[in-house]
Amino acid sequence: MPSITYIEHSGTEHRIEVPTGRSVMQGAVDNNLPGIDADCGGECACATCHVYVDPAWLAKTGTPGEQEASMLNFAATAEPNSRLSCQIEVSEALDGLTVRLPEAQH
Amino acid sequence: MSEAGIVIAGGGHAGGSAAAFLRQYGWKGPITLVGAEPILPYQRPPLSKAWLKGEATAESLALRPARFYTQQNITARLGERVTGIDRAAQRVILSGGGTLGYHRLILALGARPRPLPVPGADLPDVLVLRSAADADALQAALKPGRRLAVIGGGYIGLEVAASARALGAEVTVIEREPRVLARVAGQNISAFLQDHHRAQGVGILLGAAVEAILGDAAGVSGVQLRDGTVVPCDAALIGIGAVPEEGLARDAGLACGNGITVDLAARTEDPAIYAIGDCAFRPLPLYGRSMRLESVPNAIEQAKQAAADICGRAPPIPEVPWFWSDQFALRLQMAGLAFSPAQAVVRPAAEGEGFAVFHLAADDSVLAVEAVNAPAEFMAGRLLVAKQQRVPAALLRDAAQPLRELTG
Repeated sequence: MPSITYIEHSGTEHRIEVPTGRSVMQGAVDNNLPGIDADCGGECACATCHVYVDPAWLAKTGTPGEQEASMLNFAATAEPNSRLSCQIEVSEALDGLTVRLPEAQH
Repeated sequence: MSEAGIVIAGGGHAGGSAAAFLRQYGWKGPITLVGAEPILPYQRPPLSKAWLKGEATAESLALRPARFYTQQNITARLGERVTGIDRAAQRVILSGGGTLGYHRLILALGARPRPLPVPGADLPDVLVLRSAADADALQAALKPGRRLAVIGGGYIGLEVAASARALGAEVTVIEREPRVLARVAGQNISAFLQDHHRAQGVGILLGAAVEAILGDAAGVSGVQLRDGTVVPCDAALIGIGAVPEEGLARDAGLACGNGITVDLAARTEDPAIYAIGDCAFRPLPLYGRSMRLESVPNAIEQAKQAAADICGRAPPIPEVPWFWSDQFALRLQMAGLAFSPAQAVVRPAAEGEGFAVFHLAADDSVLAVEAVNAPAEFMAGRLLVAKQQRVPAALLRDAAQPLRELTG
């Protein structure tokens, strides 16, 4: 099972096994990690599952879709490596992925 | 006797989220979630959309997987409900006859569909949509060529109408007010959606009061309007709003307005009892008043407020109320509440065919935004509402003005 590392804003790290086919957001929610709210449940409607993808992984996680990019445009504290984690599907190719969480989702 | 922990009455989005936040915030004692439905907490929004269209699974609907509750040491008592509260003894009475002591009690009781007081409302195939079981019954009634009458042009009614069309059913929406979404959206949005639904083959009757639902023990045959018109149908969905489940709190002597009255920490007047989600009548600091909000973001926000208070954490920063709805290929996103707006300003989306309506107060501060296929405008609007920023209407209307410059 692919392993994803989530780093809270405080620096606390969580290494989680996430089944393929689940999203990076669901991996966090299923394990009750603080810092990802996912109000809309993965519909790309709320931008409360914002993460920063480790730059080394950007090629493998791909680029945001049109809707996602528009939402991120006005997300608080967005950076060039920002993604909405509900839009990143976990696959074997993402085994070892590291994402950092912003200070707040709202 | 075991240590009294947190009892959560209600296993919906609010109750399920409260259990999760309590553990996140460090509550180590027992947590018992008492849910009337036979399944673990799940997302209700897809019930009128993906679930109805057969595009979701039980797994994707679940708020969290079953193992979550084991791992987090949360006891879920499903198929049970709290039927009474003994405040003096800090104990709840369960429908199964047992009792549970509590250190803190969180009421996450939800709301129930508002009944339609007309003859025939109890006929077979007169349906409502609140639970997964309701959605399954509705899905069974929606076959290609079958005729569905939707009573009530609110979000549930319009989302079901769109899904029913996708399933090949014939749909007529019957709305009592002169426009759909009369209580919850501005005029521009109502007019746009009416046109869009009609273009997709949905019949929309406005200013149409229902007199009776016709049929017999075999099923429903039509909806009769006050003017004598009969809308023939094979099934009817009643979606005319929801009533808060506050009876338990009232019986326990807790103050209720339209919902159980709470403060910004989701506390009722009893310091050991909280109320969250659809059943709570809560303050909205941004607007200087209290109201009941029926939305997932509200359920989550109040779950955080209650969990933070119980765990002795600082209260979360109040959020801008927001909502979303998917109908056909339209995504609606709304933030803020347009209490006494002075004007509505329409702005085309920077990308694509969408648009957003900004509602401004008399001093030009942004009260609310309603966006249709305009996610950037929604996000920008939500920021403007949170900051109560003043933006001249002329600037907002001018699509050549970058949104980025308006939000500062």
